[in-house]
Amino acid sequence: MNAVDLVGSAVSNTFRAKTRTLLTILAIFVGAFTLTLTQGLGTGINAYIDDTVTAVGASDVMTVTKPSDSATTIGTSDDGPAEYDPDTIASGQPGPPGATVVSLSPDDLDTLEGIDGVLRVQATKSIAADYIEGADDTKYVAAIGGLVAGQTVQLTAGEQPDDGSDDLQVVIPVSYVEALGYDGDTDAVGGTVTLAVTDAVRTQHAVEAEIVGVAEESVASPTGASITPNSALTDELYDLQNAGLPDDQADRYAQASVWFADDATDADITALKDRLEDDGYSGVTVADQLGTLKTVIDGIVLVLNAFAIIALLAASFGIVNTLFMSVQERTREIGLMKAMGMGSGKVFGLFSLEAAFIGFLGSAIGAGLAILAGGAISSALSTTLLADLPGLTLIAFDPVSIAIVILVVMVIAFLAGTLPAARAAKADPVESLRYE
Amino acid sequence: MPTPIIQVTDVRKSYGRGQNRFDALKGVSFDIAEGESVAIIGKSGSGKSTLMHTLALLDAPTSGSIALEGVDTSTLAGRRLNRTRNRTFGFVFQQFFLTANASVLDNVVLPMKIAGVPHAERKRRGMAALEQLDLADKAKNKAVNLSGGQKQRAVIARALVNDPRIIFADEPTGNLDSSTGAVVEDILFDLNRENGITLIIVTHDEDLAARCDRRIVIRDGLLVEDSRPNGPGSADTTHGRHGAEGVAA
Ligand SMILES: Nc1ncnc2c1ncn2[C@@H]1O[C@H](COP(=O)(O)OP(=O)(O)OP(=O)(O)O)[C@@H](O)[C@H]1O
Ligand SMILES: [Mg+2]
Repeated sequence: MNAVDLVGSAVSNTFRAKTRTLLTILAIFVGAFTLTLTQGLGTGINAYIDDTVTAVGASDVMTVTKPSDSATTIGTSDDGPAEYDPDTIASGQPGPPGATVVSLSPDDLDTLEGIDGVLRVQATKSIAADYIEGADDTKYVAAIGGLVAGQTVQLTAGEQPDDGSDDLQVVIPVSYVEALGYDGDTDAVGGTVTLAVTDAVRTQHAVEAEIVGVAEESVASPTGASITPNSALTDELYDLQNAGLPDDQADRYAQASVWFADDATDADITALKDRLEDDGYSGVTVADQLGTLKTVIDGIVLVLNAFAIIALLAASFGIVNTLFMSVQERTREIGLMKAMGMGSGKVFGLFSLEAAFIGFLGSAIGAGLAILAGGAISSALSTTLLADLPGLTLIAFDPVSIAIVILVVMVIAFLAGTLPAARAAKADPVESLRYE
Repeated sequence: MPTPIIQVTDVRKSYGRGQNRFDALKGVSFDIAEGESVAIIGKSGSGKSTLMHTLALLDAPTSGSIALEGVDTSTLAGRRLNRTRNRTFGFVFQQFFLTANASVLDNVVLPMKIAGVPHAERKRRGMAALEQLDLADKAKNKAVNLSGGQKQRAVIARALVNDPRIIFADEPTGNLDSSTGAVVEDILFDLNRENGITLIIVTHDEDLAARCDRRIVIRDGLLVEDSRPNGPGSADTTHGRHGAEGVAA
């Protein structure tokens, strides 16, 4: 029997006991449906994060800090209390709360510049603003974020802050638009806000800046729900904030941005991180920061997938049962085919292909309906529960993972089918022909 | 004298072991020439089907040898054995063994499908076989909807579709009324005469046996009579080589 006939026979045999096949397909359908949905959930959320990372850009930049000894000693007290270091400042980096880093001095920046693979270094000027005030007279607390060159914020209106301009510009998050007294995102663009900082001698300075854009708030936005100034405004605020500090303390930065070759591979980046570490620095890329988030999401998806796989395993017993019944019913037919010279391998193939086909039907239907259901769920949620996260398709599907789901189910079905198929293949033609 | 198509030499077949051991064939020897029609007769449980299964290479004898055209069949295994069965033999069983819900044509072309014959040729030869048995108009019907006689004719069509050299028929008329049975017998003997197909028929039916060139009688696993009632030199020669003590027992 040639391959085409073998597949054809397996397919037509599938439909011989329609009710039984249908019920088996239904069981597989449930598992495949769940697996496709959970897989889609992972794809959707991770695609959202990936999109954001791409939009953020600056894949050739890492943020460098200088961890202090005490930063990593939570729970390890055998060294006794860490010695006080006057250069220690609170870190703006992700890490355990309260973790501190040693501030970077101009010397550090020079050292960083000298490290192999570092193309450029820029200190990050961190600014602690007192408040922001808009057309309304109410003052609001505001966090000032900074963009690294090459990064962008996702805008709902207006433009990116222009680092080349001498004008003082700012981009505000969507949530500030109404609070600051504007009617809408486009209305806010062109408006003027006042930002205040306090210097080292407790004098408060107010600076006026023009709103050039309104930013989307997304989980992975480079600045979060913070105000993004352009370089001119950053410098202005930073200088005002540091007024009155002795010179040797003014040039202290919590972190710096380090540029590396934009065609650097993951291995190159790891090597660069190692070199930084050898000199006592720690570097984190945007992808690293989001990587942890992705790891968590992947973990959750994995657990959900495990449930779906359990459902599929249960369904695979259905396949075993269905095919055993089928082998039983077709004992004589199997005997006849073997008597007529059909090899055991072909008989095995016939039944295991039938199992794989049942798996294919169940998974194809399951995946198909899951795509429809997932699309409906995502679009329903995106206007209600997840309206605050524009651009997020909660459950997204990519053809490769759908194909993988279908394949995995077919493999499970095939494996389930091997048991009955082996029994059919072993059947002795004479016994089968004598079978009543 | 040409090489016999089948040479059976001291074939024994036992089932089970030790206490439960049962000798279904106790040493049987005979030759069958190409183009012969042979009836194997005997009482129920005497070992006719067992003999036929070993002749058709469905079951290996416990000892003794069966040669097909002079080739010892114990040297055949796996693929070669399957090919030999597929190319050389056609089967007609007492039960029809038709796949109930498949079409008559699909049932008939099964041996060619197993042989890997392309679809178009299968259909052509399948229809030709059905034509020969007056079943062409039923080709598309489901096998389950045929009458008993039609089913047996479909089975014969299936047996001859692959141009076999030998057709084995185990009680081919046992399930049919006498007139339908006679039609089926006519078809089988026509095939034997016109196409030179060797016919080996297991039967209880003395009338059917009488139409064959040769009758081989089995009793308790032993050959007790081998005669040619119609053939040349048809005098009732009992020349079972192990028959004598069988009769005495
Ligand atoms: N697998 C087996 N295990 C044990 N004994 C068996 C087996 N197959 C057949 N036998 C025995 O071998 C003997 C011969 O069986 P066989 O089927 O050849 O008889 P038969 O002559 O064809 O009878 P019938 O005319 O009723 O079909 C019987 O006694 C039967 O019980
Ligand atoms: Mg029998």
